[in-house]
Amino acid sequence: MGTDTLNAEAVAAAVYDAIRKSATILRPDFRRAIEEACARAEPASRAEGVLDRILENADIAASDNVPICQDTGSVWVCLEVGDELSVPGNIFGGVNDAVARAYTDGRLRMSLVRDALFDRANTGDNTPAFCELKFVPGARATLHVLLKGGGSDNASRVVMLPPGAGAAGVREVVLDCVREKAANACPPLVIGLGVGATFDKVAGLAKHALLREVGGPAASAEAAAFEAELLAEVNALGIGPGALGGAPTAVAVHLEVAPCHIAALPVAVNMGCCAMRSASVRLV
Amino acid sequence: MAKTVSLTLPLTRETVADLEVGDEVLLSGPVYTMRDAGHKRALECLEDTGRLPFDLEGATLFYAGPTPAAAGRPLGSVGPTTASRMDFATPALFKAGIVAAIGKGKRSAEVVKACQETGSVYLCTIGGIAALLAKSVTASELIGWDDLGTEALRKLELENFPAYVAVDTKGRDLYREIEAAAQ
Repeated sequence: MGTDTLNAEAVAAAVYDAIRKSATILRPDFRRAIEEACARAEPASRAEGVLDRILENADIAASDNVPICQDTGSVWVCLEVGDELSVPGNIFGGVNDAVARAYTDGRLRMSLVRDALFDRANTGDNTPAFCELKFVPGARATLHVLLKGGGSDNASRVVMLPPGAGAAGVREVVLDCVREKAANACPPLVIGLGVGATFDKVAGLAKHALLREVGGPAASAEAAAFEAELLAEVNALGIGPGALGGAPTAVAVHLEVAPCHIAALPVAVNMGCCAMRSASVRLV
Repeated sequence: MAKTVSLTLPLTRETVADLEVGDEVLLSGPVYTMRDAGHKRALECLEDTGRLPFDLEGATLFYAGPTPAAAGRPLGSVGPTTASRMDFATPALFKAGIVAAIGKGKRSAEVVKACQETGSVYLCTIGGIAALLAKSVTASELIGWDDLGTEALRKLELENFPAYVAVDTKGRDLYREIEAAAQ
């Protein structure tokens, strides 16, 4: 692929395709994780019943070309661009049009209001999308599209801990969030955990963590150990699939860490539901 | 001991009184979809006129905003939204005649108390399986508030729609019992 494909038209076309596909096809890594959980579930338990229904739902959605979940989300787009490439200023110029067409053609739900506070009228075409540009080393460009459900995003939080709280403090934030909110977020979950950066950027770390393949490698051995410890503790809470008890409450905890101010320990938890819909496409 | 019960809607308070936390129910008959904007509208409507566009007595609410019709079905996909966002209006609606509401997630102490006082139940169903749940919906009719888009008031006809009793008329709460059992 040449660098000439990094333009507004290519981005818009990729956004359209990613929405249509991810709304109706369960992410393969999620499907595998649910299948594994189902095989381990206590026979004839409520947990097994819920996991079975999640798999049956994925089959129906794929064969009938209908959404996996009725909340087809707000559209979050992140274009990751290698520092050897150049990006035109209008790179997201076609995204809203692509979103409107994908939601209309796909018979998806229009779930956005014009203004959070002063005008909560539905925009009628699920626009606007929330777009960001991220610069990375290299000569590649990757487009990430996430259809984020309201229930799981509402079950998320940002907490500014004092540095002294350390790993134990981060652990408490995660466990409190799961205890209080997991039942609203449609478990089994993938828990995106961001630690570091600034108040605004830490939520982005947690969101990016949701894009990682379930079962894919952590950023470091230290991160992998912390993720495994948190996952075990989350699952010991017994909230379970559909929040109806048993296991698992989460199939993965994905951690992203970053530098931060000497005074800070920002923590963000972004919940990913059992119908988490995202796609990552290489454009260049 | 949890049981599986087939229920025909609308419900009577006598039928609802026999339900216990953890029972699986299969619902057949009409339910009315209302979510955030609909609840706000419903309270205003009750205050102004004392009624809603449907008969409240024995009615069941479904906290849901479906996707448009697809695959030869009246709706593409439909599933529960987070019930706690409706807590502000639920006690008033139970007092006005509603006897059951379907959603997902925990309810406030006020809603649990309202279930006890009015003999109503909160039913939960599974989030994230909306293509499957839509197969239990045989008809959908827009009956009001169409300016609200997906949040408009719809009458859905259910057939063996699966749910669980999450708060019963004795004030028992499934989510809190599951939490307590794990500790």
